[in-house]
Amino acid sequence: MINQIGNYSLFIALFASIFLIFQSSNVIRNKSKNLDGKIFSVLSVQSLMVLISFFSLIYAFIVSDFSNETVYNNSHTTKPLFYKISGSWGNHEGSLLLWLLVLTIFLFIFFISSKKLLNKYRILTVLFQELIIIGFLLFILFTSNPFLHLFPIPKEGTGLNPILQDPALAIHPPILYLGYVGTSIIFSSALAALVCGMVNKIWAKHIKKWIVISWIFLTIGILLGSIWAYYELGWGGFWFWDPVENVSLMPWFCLTALFHTIIVLEKRNIYQSWTIILSIATFSLSMGGTFLVRSGILNSIHTFANDPSRGIFILCFLLVLVLLAIFIFFIFQKKLLKKLTKTFLVSKETAIMVNNWFMMFFLSVVLIGTIYPIFLEVINGSKISIGPPFYQKLIVPFLIPFLLFMAVGPKLKWIKDSLSKINFNQLMLFILSIAISFLLVKLYGISYLLILPLFALGFFLFFLTIKDFFSKKSTLSQKISHFGFSLFILSILFNATFAKEFSSNMKVGDERKFLNKIIKFENIKIIEKNNYKSLVANFKISDEKNIISLNPEVRIYNQPRTLTSEAAINSNIYSDNFLVFNVIKDDGYYNVRYQFKPLMMWIWFSIILISVGGILSYLKKNE
Amino acid sequence: MYGKKVKLRAFFILLIFLSAILTIFLVIKALEENVVYFKSPSEIKNLSELGNKKIRVGGMVKKSSIKTNDSEINFIITDFKNELLVSFEGSVPNLFEEGKGVVAEGFLKDRSYLKAVKILAKHDENYMPPEVNEALKDNKQ
Repeated sequence: MINQIGNYSLFIALFASIFLIFQSSNVIRNKSKNLDGKIFSVLSVQSLMVLISFFSLIYAFIVSDFSNETVYNNSHTTKPLFYKISGSWGNHEGSLLLWLLVLTIFLFIFFISSKKLLNKYRILTVLFQELIIIGFLLFILFTSNPFLHLFPIPKEGTGLNPILQDPALAIHPPILYLGYVGTSIIFSSALAALVCGMVNKIWAKHIKKWIVISWIFLTIGILLGSIWAYYELGWGGFWFWDPVENVSLMPWFCLTALFHTIIVLEKRNIYQSWTIILSIATFSLSMGGTFLVRSGILNSIHTFANDPSRGIFILCFLLVLVLLAIFIFFIFQKKLLKKLTKTFLVSKETAIMVNNWFMMFFLSVVLIGTIYPIFLEVINGSKISIGPPFYQKLIVPFLIPFLLFMAVGPKLKWIKDSLSKINFNQLMLFILSIAISFLLVKLYGISYLLILPLFALGFFLFFLTIKDFFSKKSTLSQKISHFGFSLFILSILFNATFAKEFSSNMKVGDERKFLNKIIKFENIKIIEKNNYKSLVANFKISDEKNIISLNPEVRIYNQPRTLTSEAAINSNIYSDNFLVFNVIKDDGYYNVRYQFKPLMMWIWFSIILISVGGILSYLKKNE
Repeated sequence: MYGKKVKLRAFFILLIFLSAILTIFLVIKALEENVVYFKSPSEIKNLSELGNKKIRVGGMVKKSSIKTNDSEINFIITDFKNELLVSFEGSVPNLFEEGKGVVAEGFLKDRSYLKAVKILAKHDENYMPPEVNEALKDNKQ
């Protein structure tokens, strides 16, 4: 019953979509007709229908209705309620329904919040957005319907992969999707603004809100995924250049570039074409990311669905959208303001352009590293993988000029400025930063050539951004975000430079020496839980000063039968002590990995700070 | 001669062009150094030269082949046609188990022995790395 409701509401939404596409193209042809009310009501019907469909899926998960194939494949009666609910978007079909839901709701919010703007622009945005929506509706209904009926009805479901049963991962997809799908509004509205010839300050001001909101959600979404990989997958770090991680980072680079460029457009009315190109690119990368993750093409350690035909559909659909966008861009590009504005080399505009160049460079590196293996396999069938050294080699050295520009850039004025007025304080801070990092390198005997300038510039940026809090020049949101970023750079530098790792095979009672620490495997016990069995070990890590007790777990789930490790993490503001263990076979040996991770908490905290800057910028009325 | 604007524009285009070339050059160089090829034990048997680059080997962990001591884990990767002995010091993922798919990354010492630096396995019971799946398929034909 509930399945039919979900299914039919999707069909109604499909009809609404078709209707909207026809109506909006009609309105555009004869401009006199005003169908605002009609479009509003159909839009609300559509959002409501998708909402109903989404809730009927959640309901089916809650009551464990195994006549629904998706529920059968991804749920189990013994699963806690929270994970039954989050399980509804933890799978391929449900996650696409979530995409669709956000698509329609965002469009609805866009429509009611843009009343002050040109009607043609609003209706065109609806048209472009509906084109995306209809694609997703067709995709869901015909290749990944979450409401497929199963008969005979199974008694029990097959369960949700236990590594997904985690609070951070339960909310990770919705948050990330809000970011991804927010870029669809940017895409549609950029095209609409281009067609209407209104790529100007007013549009920039309006769309900036959407850029900021997508950027916030994307940032937090990536953070949640990263934290999850740290403690649940036991990866013991914050970033692994895994393809699945990379596909979320690519739109982030693009969106960050756009976030900066839109400010230039808003203030100075320049960089119009570039803004449009970035808007198109950001959405293409978001959707391309979904395609790559969902298609199973990515050679990742954690891929999800594995049905290539689904991937091909998204790929074709994406291609059509991108081609359409490029086509529109070239036709209407002439309409862009061609008035030559005076620009000078030393100005805030240039500084932001420099930021964009770096973003594009980082983006290309990640893009190539992620898709080159796929490309090569198609070309000559050889299977390769590209490891972290590739990214480190290409990104880390470029951080040096990037940090320097980031320290200087925000200080520059719009239109024209000069570099000659570098003041005494800044110079002192610069010398101080070099002195500190020189001391660090000397004291700890780090030989690495790159580390010294990186630390120096990291500290320099850190001091400058702190100093900025006392000046009135820039906005508070920018101060916080940039300060957060400098904190982020410093934390990862410390983290990467001073991290220590040790692994060994140990039996109960064994002791290992590692640096000045002694790691002792005290005991292990078995605990029976509701839907899993748990092996809880106890380790004592002692140095001269104190003893830390860590209790990592290995959980053995029955539905489906899977082993997961729960890392034991002892965090304080200085460092994390991370310990994870694994069962190898029944010979008494356990595989143990201990990691000492300095300033781990500050990495998470600095990303939160960066997002807080975004939130403040969103909340501010007239910036 | 040319006006100031034209010169500025030409300079700008040149700058973009140069940075694009530099990017491509750096990327290609980094790719060459950091690409890790994937092979099956059978492919390794037929290698003409070993080379000293890092490679990945995929297959199944042979039943009752895991031997553990204080620091090392030794096991055999098989594609049911050829076998490769792997020795490894470090930490293994959750699903490293006998009879399950595995990918080992490391350096070949000879055609039947790999000194691994990293072991990968998937967090899903029924999962098999696509490479393993294909390597196994190739051999069944």
